[in-house]
Amino acid sequence: MLTIADTPFSSRLFVGTGKFASSSIMSQAVEASGSEMVTVALRRVDLDNPEDDIMAALDLKKIHFLPNTSGARNADEAIRLAHLARAASGTKRIKLEVTPDPRTLLPDPIDTLKATEKLVRDGFTVLPYINADPILALRLQDVGAAAVMPLGSPIGTNQGIRTTMQMEIIIEQARVPVVVDAGIGAPSHAAKAMEMGADAVLVNTAIAVAGDPVRMARAFKAAVQAGREAFKAGLGRQSTTASASSPRTGMVTADLNFVQN
Amino acid sequence: MQIILNGQAKSLDRQTSLSNLLDLLNLNPDTMAAEINGRIIEPDRYSLQELRNDDRVELIRFVGGG
Repeated sequence: MLTIADTPFSSRLFVGTGKFASSSIMSQAVEASGSEMVTVALRRVDLDNPEDDIMAALDLKKIHFLPNTSGARNADEAIRLAHLARAASGTKRIKLEVTPDPRTLLPDPIDTLKATEKLVRDGFTVLPYINADPILALRLQDVGAAAVMPLGSPIGTNQGIRTTMQMEIIIEQARVPVVVDAGIGAPSHAAKAMEMGADAVLVNTAIAVAGDPVRMARAFKAAVQAGREAFKAGLGRQSTTASASSPRTGMVTADLNFVQN
Repeated sequence: MQIILNGQAKSLDRQTSLSNLLDLLNLNPDTMAAEINGRIIEPDRYSLQELRNDDRVELIRFVGGG
């Protein structure tokens, strides 16, 4: 079973709550996904809509809550957001995002490391969002990150895992859970991450913007389970030449000169 | 008295605590965080925290995000 900082998770699918058409669709999709960990962001209260509170739409008895620091452009802003998230929810868990460039939303590795060190000292359970950099993943693990969240491709791009080689190294080396985050645009991408041995995946956009988000959430649930099963079962080796699946002896037609499938 | 609330000027007619302000705005104090002049106020201090003229008050809560 997946455990992050002593909290067990039976589902390996984490779900983001952004970009849904309504809170009702969001909560139905979260339910359908079977996820036990959902991410949320922090923003100023909309004083014209005091009733608009996402916490009312989430069943916090069933799911763990993972606030993010989205919008932070440097370590100081991320640290401030983490403390606000703790004050607002009581959770020590934080998905650390430091994204200085709004065009790419790629994470700043240096400020992410600095903020992780500080937040770990402040008693947080830190899950940093990072580029798929194996050395950085180790450095973060060494300073006390509870998991690492390397990206498959930039946030919201739906491009899947474009960082396969680095991701494989991260997974091979990590002693903390590896949660593949960002860019997962289809259930097949999630299945691939799990087949590679990732501990979990985080999906938001691909579910939220689907024609039928609740159905897509179910599809991701199945894909993550299938990918995990395949990883545990052990995938066959890849080859560049064919290898017949059917016996090559006792051919019924002796003069067949091709290899049967 | 005037405070800056989430970046906008807001007038208050009398001495008000942070918890009075949240009541006035119809906000659930259990699912939000408050900062005054850059300092986070712990939830159990809301009723003790009196607002002063020119205080910069930030009220923050969770929204959908990835």
